[in-house]
Amino acid sequence: MTIDYLALAPEIVIVVTLLGVLSLDLFLPRRKKFWVATLAVAGTALAAVPLIFLAVEGSTRSMFDGSFVVDSFALALKGLLLVGAYIVLLMSVSYIESDRYWQGEYYLMILSSLLGSMVMASGRDLIVLFIGLELTTGPLYLLAGWRKGDIRSNEASLKYFILGVLSTAMMLFGMSLLFGLTGVVGFDELAAVVGDHAAEPAMVLAVLFLFAGFGFKVSAVPFHFWAPDTYEGAPTPVTAYLSVNSKIAGFIAMLVVLYLALPDLADIWAPAVWALSALSMTVANLSALRQRNIVRLLAYSSIAQAGFMLVPFAAAAVADADLAEGFSATIIYIAIYALMNLGAFAVVIAGARATGSGEVDDWAGLGRYNPRLGVLAAVFFLSLAGIPPLAGWFAKFVMFRSVILTGGAGPIALAIIAAVNTVIAFYYYARVVKAVWLDPVPEGAEIPEQRAPAGSLSLALGLTTALTVIIGMFPAIATVFADASQVLTAAGG
Amino acid sequence: MTDWYMLLAAALFTIGAMGILVRRNALVMFMCVELMLNAVNLTLVSAGRALGSLDGQLATFFVLVVAAAEVVIGLAIIVAIFRHRDTASVDELSELKG
Repeated sequence: MTIDYLALAPEIVIVVTLLGVLSLDLFLPRRKKFWVATLAVAGTALAAVPLIFLAVEGSTRSMFDGSFVVDSFALALKGLLLVGAYIVLLMSVSYIESDRYWQGEYYLMILSSLLGSMVMASGRDLIVLFIGLELTTGPLYLLAGWRKGDIRSNEASLKYFILGVLSTAMMLFGMSLLFGLTGVVGFDELAAVVGDHAAEPAMVLAVLFLFAGFGFKVSAVPFHFWAPDTYEGAPTPVTAYLSVNSKIAGFIAMLVVLYLALPDLADIWAPAVWALSALSMTVANLSALRQRNIVRLLAYSSIAQAGFMLVPFAAAAVADADLAEGFSATIIYIAIYALMNLGAFAVVIAGARATGSGEVDDWAGLGRYNPRLGVLAAVFFLSLAGIPPLAGWFAKFVMFRSVILTGGAGPIALAIIAAVNTVIAFYYYARVVKAVWLDPVPEGAEIPEQRAPAGSLSLALGLTTALTVIIGMFPAIATVFADASQVLTAAGG
Repeated sequence: MTDWYMLLAAALFTIGAMGILVRRNALVMFMCVELMLNAVNLTLVSAGRALGSLDGQLATFFVLVVAAAEVVIGLAIIVAIFRHRDTASVDELSELKG
């Protein structure tokens, strides 16, 4: 068996970086920990070089009996994960420094998690998928509790951990039943044989267990209970990572298994995906309406957005239509969501410092005394609401277009639910913008001295703003994800 | 023969799942998760043997490794909580609501 090192190069760069971070942390005195952060950020950026090379070259490379595949779909997702982690690292630098966290270990954990999700994007059998997913979430249990002295952070971490391992156990039980029934673990082999077992009750059980496990990972209703508490208690950059990279990883796992391995069992999982999508949007949006804390609001918003993401895929599945169209619309939505949500969290970090508070009401008048941050808050919250010309509109457009093209009772019903929810979501996103720009500064409020955010945070804000605005103006850029996901169909998915 | 192993595994998995639902001590909940993971291992090994495929045994090793890593993480979190509160009951932890 030959190993194609070029295909593995992005992962190898990340491994070398994380080992470098670990050893550098041992030798640097406390005041020079800045270099650990620099190395982590630089390594993440460097990993993009082989990635771009592979993408330009464009061939599909398969290793280890087809269980690790580097095709344009895997590369597009890895690119997205790298950009997400890069921006999260930029956001972390000043945050982690200011609170005297364990800096070296922090970057080690983020990089390990990134490595797991990148491996998973290439995984084409159940074992690789499982290892990747666990490497993604394992470090995050610890990161959620990174403020060790704060009982709320401890609580966030314990809740995430217990429900996380429970979901892992359920997912694994589903996988073990699937293996017991078919005797294979590769997605292609599974796709070829699962149809023969569709009528067996154990198969229904296997699919539902797998599905419930993934439901927890993407924090979709009714498996979302951990998310708001964990998001609120965890340090904010970690929350950003949880709501973007970890969510993308969960979605890749769920979609790839359903789309590549179990397309013949759509009769079993399609209604479940439909219900998951409809419930996530509705329940999370209604809960978001009464949130006062901005991180909690974003937590419910990200659950609701997970519902929106699933809409095209769920619609194609219930209508028994070609899954490829819905799948690529879902991937586009995920990519755009990732960029604007990262921006929203960067604004939350900068805004918490500018106002000294994480409550929406305390942000009143932010636009008057810090107009730059006020504009950015408006950009990201309106983009999440789906207002043109910001990137969010295109995600919503692709979603509705795909559902309407599919047609049929189930998809149209889902489109109506999504439309109603878009309006509800607009209300609470707009409330933040209203507080920032229209409400007066609360009387007697002590406004901290306004300073420009740290260089790295400004860079994170700048990058996300640029991407959100450019993709909103020239949405053709985002369709690269749609083209990339077509490879899977061509490969016989 | 394999059916009995499968039934045993399913029973273990159910006991673990029920344990998580009814017990309130973080350590006990944690043990229940281990029970569920071992049910998975039993399924994988017995299915692998019945089918004459090595993939089942292989997957079991990975599950074991991941379970061991998760034990470390879980105990670390529980120790961090013990430093603040002399309890491992999850009901005592309710700072975050809404």
